[in-house]
Formats: sequence, structure tokens, C-alpha cells
Amino acid sequence: MTEPTAFSFDAESQALVDGAIAKYPPGKQASAVLPLLDIAQRQIGRLTGSAWLPTVAMDEVGRVLDMPNIRVYEVATFYLMFNIKPVGHFHLQVCGTTPCWLRGSDEVARACREFTGIKGYGETSADGYFTLSEVECLGACVNAPVLQVNDDYYEDMNAPRVAELLTALKRGEHPLRGPMNGRQNSAPEGGPATLLTIPAE
Amino acid sequence: MLGDQDRIFTNLYGLHDPGLGGARRRGDWDGTAAILARGHDAIIDEMKASGLRGRGGAGFPTGMKWSFMPKTVGERPHYLVVNADESEPGTCKDRDIMRHDPHKLVEGCLIASFAMSAHVCYIYIRGEFFNEAIALQKAVDEAYAAGLIGKNACGSGFDFDLYVHRGAGAYICGEETALIESLEGKKGMPRLKPPFPAAVGLYGCPTTVNNVESIAVAPTILRRGAVWFSTLGRPKNAGTKLFCISGHVNKPCNVEEELGIPLRELIDTYAGGVRGGWDNLLAIIPGGSSVPLLNKATCDTILMDFDSLRDVKSGLGTAGVIVMDKSTDVIKAIARLSKFYKHESCGQCTPCREGTGWMQRVMDRMVVGRAEIAEIDVLEKVTRQIEGHTICALVDAAAWPIQGLIKNFRPLMEERIAAYKAQKSLPMAAE
Repeated sequence: MTEPTAFSFDAESQALVDGAIAKYPPGKQASAVLPLLDIAQRQIGRLTGSAWLPTVAMDEVGRVLDMPNIRVYEVATFYLMFNIKPVGHFHLQVCGTTPCWLRGSDEVARACREFTGIKGYGETSADGYFTLSEVECLGACVNAPVLQVNDDYYEDMNAPRVAELLTALKRGEHPLRGPMNGRQNSAPEGGPATLLTIPAE
Repeated sequence: MLGDQDRIFTNLYGLHDPGLGGARRRGDWDGTAAILARGHDAIIDEMKASGLRGRGGAGFPTGMKWSFMPKTVGERPHYLVVNADESEPGTCKDRDIMRHDPHKLVEGCLIASFAMSAHVCYIYIRGEFFNEAIALQKAVDEAYAAGLIGKNACGSGFDFDLYVHRGAGAYICGEETALIESLEGKKGMPRLKPPFPAAVGLYGCPTTVNNVESIAVAPTILRRGAVWFSTLGRPKNAGTKLFCISGHVNKPCNVEEELGIPLRELIDTYAGGVRGGWDNLLAIIPGGSSVPLLNKATCDTILMDFDSLRDVKSGLGTAGVIVMDKSTDVIKAIARLSKFYKHESCGQCTPCREGTGWMQRVMDRMVVGRAEIAEIDVLEKVTRQIEGHTICALVDAAAWPIQGLIKNFRPLMEERIAAYKAQKSLPMAAE
């Protein structure tokens, strides 16, 4: 994918941009830099299938917020969720921090590599579908190991579940996020041991 | 053991409706106007009397923190900022509050903001919690539509605006001044203190930063009374707490229990016990990755509260309990944390920027044993030299797990080094 030569927010994004800027006091519009970079990245993802931030998009954010471009670049490169080079349609983000590692994140990463043919982190598969990254703690440790695909957490993963998930994604399906072993969110497997006296609605 | 009647987060697992209707049935937004009518001082005094200590890791008394804000609003407006940048390895409690019980947080934001005369509150939620942010925004929208927040919130005459602000992936933004920097649209680099945020915070205005759980328990405390809350738990360690039990247990889970519950009881009762039985336990990190690990002997008897864990030179932190059984390569487990801190250092202070990388490289060698025995002491010494010499506590958090490892598992590290040396000398011996 080549660097685009121009970027502007489309109508769908512009509504979000206006809403984001309105959250902050007059003159403090720089506070909206994270939301605007996110909106820009999502727009590019929506239009091209690769959610990333070319320089022209960062420049446009700087123009809208009246910030020097360098300040926008600083922010965009500081925060991990901004992709400053193109990514695949599905961004596979394997949590490798200790709580996930204890529960088999190595196995999850290996299964991702085997399915996609990707050799190492940061690479994109030949078919352009998948980019594989290792990320730090995703904050879902009791559902470890976790694989984040774009915005969704797939939890309690193992190798067969990775293969099943990625096959479904490639078929154009969108499997339900959350625990892959059928349990109720962060409740223990087999059903909650507490809150049993809270009446059902 | 805590009964359901004393649990605050009654929709922790998302079995029930997280929306306003469900929240009202669970008791949220009940008599909020009457709570506000008690006045700023009465609310803060009640919070002080409850003994609630901050649930984000440091354990600072919440009521006292609120009292640090200026009594009257001068030229600069006051702000409440809620820290929902939950990223401490082992911790996933705020996530459940925001996706399953978000109205507890929204109501808490109103009450806390009122108590501190803040008409605007921002909830800074980590960017990866995309779906949680949607759930939270839905609750905010419902509260606006019902007149619970916004102009004349709950009919109290108090105007209150609440905004959800998504981060973009940086652990350091969980540090309160880095969070403020980030909210102002900059890199998340911590500020020197003083001045403290209560004097100079967001946009240079008086600001209080509180953890999600601290704010979300406030409405229930004020409804049921400080006495109720303070009789739960142990003296100076009052109330209930969300525990996250991860790692080598049979049934990892989140659960709300009293502070001071024995660690073993917590794991055996709620998490199905340690994989392979209690005797298969190797070590536990009791409060999120930033606190030193406990060996099994300590785990046998330790109580899970701020002071008990401080007494054994560890900490309750966020109450993220990471369990490791005997199959664990504990050196590798800690080395992985060193990699985490290296990755998350903001790079502002030299001891942290250079030190986290140095510690990671030495730890990586310790994993395979490619080191000298004397280097264990060098490593320990460097962690002591780095600690306390930076603007924020990130590098302290990077140093402590290593110190805990050396304190409890030095013989294992020495064995690993000896084994590596022996293996390396094998071909020579064969010659």
C-alpha cells in the first residue's frame, strides 16, 4: 500500500470529529488529538481495509486542532494503538504479558503464525488479511490467554480455537467476542459461585 | 465470608441488564438527590469515616483525597478525572464495572464531583477497552436522558457534565499526572510533583484523579452508611474489594470479597484451588505485577489487605492475584514482566529509560543462566539504585518483581547459572 497524497475527514467521520472536540473547553481542543487520530485511522480502515495513519492524516488532524504537525506525530508514535504503517484487514494482537503467558500465550502466538504463515511479530500475511503483533497486558487476565482482533477480545484461547476463529474471520464471519470456552465473562468456569441470590429479571 | 447482601457489584458477571432499568432494580440512583442534599462536607466526612482506601493500587484514603481540593471554587474550575486506564498486569476489575455495572460509576462520578465542586468529569478509559467504552457511553447517555446528570442533575440544582475519553495504548497513562498530560493531548509523560493535581491538574486547574472502583463504590457507601462499610474487612483495611484471580488456578475469575480474606481461602473457595492442589503452589504475585511475589510459605497464611501485605514487604496493589504453580519457570515469568516495563517506560527519566532495558537484558540472560553468580548481586544492587530516583513509580514497579525474585528464588537462579556453565563445558570435557 502506498502513502496516500491527501486526506480529509468524510461526512461520517466529521460528525464524530465535531462530537469529540465538543467534549473539551474552548481553546483546549488539543485534548481531542487521541480521538481524532482514532477517527482518522478508522476512516482509512473503513475505506481501504487497512486501519493505519499516513502522514497526511496526521497533518489533517494537526490542521483541524490547530496543533503543529510535529506535536501530532509525537502523540501518534507514542501510543501503541496508532499504526504508522499499513496493517492487514485483521490485526491479531496476542497478549504476551505474564498472566497470559502463564496460561499459554506462546501457544496462541504459534497458532497465529501457523495459520497465517507470518514468521514474526509486526509482519503482515502474504494475502494481506492478517497482521500479527504482540501486545502488553490487555486487562482481561482472568480470561487469559487473550487474542485481540481489531476491537474485539477473544478470551480463554488455545490453538484449536485460534484456528477456528481465524478460519471464520477469513470466511467473512464475525464470531462473537468474549470467552471461547462458553463461560459467563469473568465468572469461574462452570458458573458463578457468588451472586446466586441476586434475583433474575 | 462475604454474603451477597453485602456485595456492591451485583452484576459483576453481566448476568443481568447493565442498563438504567436493571441498575435501578439493583438499587443504583436511589435517593441520589438526597445524598447530594447532605452537602459537600457531610459527603466527604462520611467517605472518610467509611475508611475506604483507593482501589487503584496505592491505597490512599479516598475521603481524605477529596478533602484536598480547594473548599471554594476560585477563578479556575475543578475537575474530577476517573482513571479507567486499567493496564496493570493481573488486573481486570474495572473492565467488569464499566461493561456490567456502569451506572454505579456514573452515579459515583456525579456524587464525587459534587463533593469536590467539579462540574465536569472525564473518565479516561484505556483505548483497548473499545466495547467497554461503548457500554459506558450508553450508561452516560441514559443518565443524561433521564436527567440524572447534565443540567440540574437529579433535580439538585447542580449542573454536571460527564465525558468518556478513550486512551490509545500506553500503560504509563495510568499514572495520574501522565493521564492528565494525555488528556490534554500530549504524550503520557508524568509530571513532577508538587504541585499536586489538587492544586494544579487538568488544564492547570484543581483536579482529583480516582480509580474506577473507588468512585463506583461511593454511592453504595453513602446509601448504606460508613458504619456498614467500615465493619467489613479489617481495621484500617475496610470494606469489600474486587479480586482478580489469574494464572495457574483451576477456575480463574473475578470476585468481590472482604479485605483481609486469607489468600488461600480466596483461591480455594472461588478459583477452584491451585492447579494440582495447594502443595503444587510455587509463588503468587498478590497485587498486580508491580508488587513483589510471595513464596508458598507466606501464601499459606497471608491475609489479603493493604497492611498485611505491606508487612511482608509486598502489597495489595490492585488485588490482581497472579498464581504460579510448580511447573512455572519463575525466572522467565519475572523476566517477562521486565520486558513489559521496558516496553512501557515513557523514556523521560534516564534511570528508567536505560534501567528498564538493562534489567530486561540481564533478566533474559538469567532465564538461560548465561551469567555469573556475582551478577545476581549486581542486578539486585542496580534495582536499589534505580528505585526512587525518577519522577514516577514505574521503574520502582519494574525493580520490585526482580527484588522479590532474588529474595525468594536466589538458589534457583544460581542453579540455572551453574547448569548453563556445566552444559557449556561438556564438549570440552569430552575432548
